[in-house]
Amino acid sequence: MMRLERRHETSRTALVLAPIGAIVFTMAISALLVLWAGAPVGRTYALLLQGGFGSVFAWSETLTRAIPLILTGLAATVAFKARLFNIGAEGQLYAGALAAVAVGGMHGGTGFELSPWLLFPLMMLAAAIAGALMLLGPALMKNRLGVDEVVTTLLINFIVLLGVSALLDGPMKDPTAMGWPQSVSLQSDLELGKLIAQTRVHTGLLWAVSLAVMVWAIFKYTVLGFDIRAVGANARAAAFAGVPVTRTVVMVALLSGALAGLAGAIEVAGRTSYVTLDMSPGYGYTGIVIAMLAGLHPLGVIAAAVFVAGVLVGADTMSRAVGVPTYIADVIVAASLIAVQVATLLTQYRVKLKK
Amino acid sequence: MEVTEPSLPPTEGGNAATVLRLQGITKRFGSLVANDDISLDLRAGEVLALLGENGAGKSTLMSILFGHYVADEGGIEAFGAPLPPGNPKAALAAGVGMVHQHFTLADNLSVLDNVLMGTEPLWRPVSRRSAARERLLDVARRFGLPVQPDALVGSLSVGERQRVEILKALYRGARILILDEPTAVLTPQESEALFATLAQMVAQGLSVIFISHKLDEVLRVSHRIAVLRGGKLVAEARTADTTQAQLALWMVGHAVEAPQRRPARSVGDAICVLDHVSTAASKGGGQDRLREVSLTLRAGEITAIAGVSGNGQVALAELLCGTRRATSGTAQLMGRPLPPSPARLVQRGVARIPEDRHAVGVVGDLPVWENAVSERLRSPVFSRWSWIVKRAAARLHARRIEKAFDVRGAGLMAPARSLSGGNMQKLILGRALLAPEQPEPAKGNDHDKKYPNRAPRLIVAHQPTWGLDIGAVAYVQQQLIAARDAGAAVLVISDDLDEVLALGDRVAVMHGGHLGEARPATAWTREAIGLAMAGATTAPRAKGASS
Repeated sequence: MMRLERRHETSRTALVLAPIGAIVFTMAISALLVLWAGAPVGRTYALLLQGGFGSVFAWSETLTRAIPLILTGLAATVAFKARLFNIGAEGQLYAGALAAVAVGGMHGGTGFELSPWLLFPLMMLAAAIAGALMLLGPALMKNRLGVDEVVTTLLINFIVLLGVSALLDGPMKDPTAMGWPQSVSLQSDLELGKLIAQTRVHTGLLWAVSLAVMVWAIFKYTVLGFDIRAVGANARAAAFAGVPVTRTVVMVALLSGALAGLAGAIEVAGRTSYVTLDMSPGYGYTGIVIAMLAGLHPLGVIAAAVFVAGVLVGADTMSRAVGVPTYIADVIVAASLIAVQVATLLTQYRVKLKK
Repeated sequence: MEVTEPSLPPTEGGNAATVLRLQGITKRFGSLVANDDISLDLRAGEVLALLGENGAGKSTLMSILFGHYVADEGGIEAFGAPLPPGNPKAALAAGVGMVHQHFTLADNLSVLDNVLMGTEPLWRPVSRRSAARERLLDVARRFGLPVQPDALVGSLSVGERQRVEILKALYRGARILILDEPTAVLTPQESEALFATLAQMVAQGLSVIFISHKLDEVLRVSHRIAVLRGGKLVAEARTADTTQAQLALWMVGHAVEAPQRRPARSVGDAICVLDHVSTAASKGGGQDRLREVSLTLRAGEITAIAGVSGNGQVALAELLCGTRRATSGTAQLMGRPLPPSPARLVQRGVARIPEDRHAVGVVGDLPVWENAVSERLRSPVFSRWSWIVKRAAARLHARRIEKAFDVRGAGLMAPARSLSGGNMQKLILGRALLAPEQPEPAKGNDHDKKYPNRAPRLIVAHQPTWGLDIGAVAYVQQQLIAARDAGAAVLVISDDLDEVLALGDRVAVMHGGHLGEARPATAWTREAIGLAMAGATTAPRAKGASS
């Protein structure tokens, strides 16, 4: 039998050792699966590391993958901090992507005849608003009627995906795409520039990092940030102290949804240039994992997103070389999430064994 | 309190069998030694009082006894058999019943469900609810603890919940009953009934550990007294051989002066006027609501509201704290309507001390300094355009509160949850009472009206000393008296009759949502208040109304 007892104080050593222990645990667990797949553990991990972080090209691919993950990770961070469990970042991302193309796309081969200096902000704004509106309904329903937002936001994902599917086969379909269900392309002068020539990594990275810093600053330096943290930690006490709870929840919904919407717009403007139904391999859901890995810290989200992106990218390379399925990446990410959660728990509680 | 008759039968001295033996219990939390080599015996048919200030280690010791904690050293024997450590089930099975100071009830279940929880085998397809209900009502009747079996616990007041906790232990047929501050929320008559219950129980061979810091009560009900201080057992004595002064000295290590009751010097204008105010009931269908309540709170005067919890006190406190609206009647604050908003009440000079400091008073996970300014974060003193927090100014003010109100803890950056009850209450007091310093002198009347950062005009204190130790109680009461003398109108709502009488210049009694006339404290007798608390229609059961 085991039981947990709250620690009186948390030592600094424990705080440093916790993530290290979590990584070691994750590697050990995943190594068993690698052995099972019949590959040498050391070489597999080396290849994975090299594929994710071993060269300029590897880094460029990892960072490209990290951009949407940072943004969806931030979306989850903002919402979870206020205990608004937004599981709908995936749908908000697609809504944002679609809104971006609706504003900045080549409709009938021409598009809006506006200066890119005006059209680009409009496109981003449209994406942010589209994402925000996706979350506003669930947030208000939770606040006013007590409807569980986990259920509503999750289900809205499927509605949005079906809606996107309908639009890609209907009004927004690209007539030149030879029957593929994809949207019209973005006007080329709205596309984001490359950060490194000859690679796919684009200036969306700067957007993502700036937004992470912005969210961090909001949490730390603003009244809204206090409101968000207070409502998340204890809504009753927050209300007693005069925090406008409903307004805070609305702000959180708008901010979180907007971040996820921007993830979609930046993917379109930086990488794909049009919307397809498979443009996101679950970035919205992975964002939740990243937010949890980061301990809901906005700057930690950057590190967590790069880590996850690196594992995903590295697993592709490794898989080609030693034949271990790429699903090992999902195992590593999932195991690390659990390990980090347990390690965090152990910094606050001690395990007592008893006979 | 007058004691006219010995309420307990004498025990058979040292001859009675030992039912419970704690031996050398030591428990450390990090560097803190919460219990230091404590050995205690409890005999059959005995009330053992465990006396000590908050933080003395009483609750830790009882948690170890009941299996919530595992002792680092030492052992426990119940009825001659060793009690396995860290196993509440074994403690229950051995007949140890515990009524915690912090309740362990499920809010979303009914009273009956809470009592039944854990008493029925899982695999029985139908729970025998009607039989259980009968038994519960029977136990409730026998011990004079009326309950509604189907009421949701979440809708009950603090006092009612404690009643359920006691019933829970009694229902399970506890042979050793541990009561943690049991009378804190009872009327005098109910306390009398409880003491009578205790007498009945010990006469039948039950043993009771009675945890308290109320000296008169301990002297009244116990046979033996054990005193804890700083985790150590500092004294153990037969009750008959001790005095109140001796106990106080053991308990705090030095003499304590009770706050001197000083009458109000000059009573000023009406600050807050309620005229036939009614409110809706609490969520979940509780009885806590106001019915046609009229009340005038005047500057320089403390109005104290007595009553058994659950009779509308929560509604009254919430109304004046801005978290509940009046459904009819008029409520005025300094000649204008009382705003139903915490932020605007604070702006207009209302200092609020909520009943539940952990759940409502502070956001435990946020640091002390943020909690210290949370009510006024939007004022221009602490934020630019109500948007950017002026962190330096906020921390400075938090430090002033820490200093002025002697808040002791791990510093401003530590989470508020880490503060002890007394220090948390001091933080809340400081937040409510200490006006921030104006960065620039107030110009003109308009500015002044908009940002009245002066001393509070109205103080609403709901159970301000609940669960605090003697020292903290005296401190809080002195602060309230000082605020009154500085010209504030003070409303104290308390279940503790001693507190009502110690503080109130005028006293009114709540019952069933109605508020009686507020009369000068000198016009009341303890018994008259007790009768009013029990309601005009119900005759008091207890025999304690001696004249």
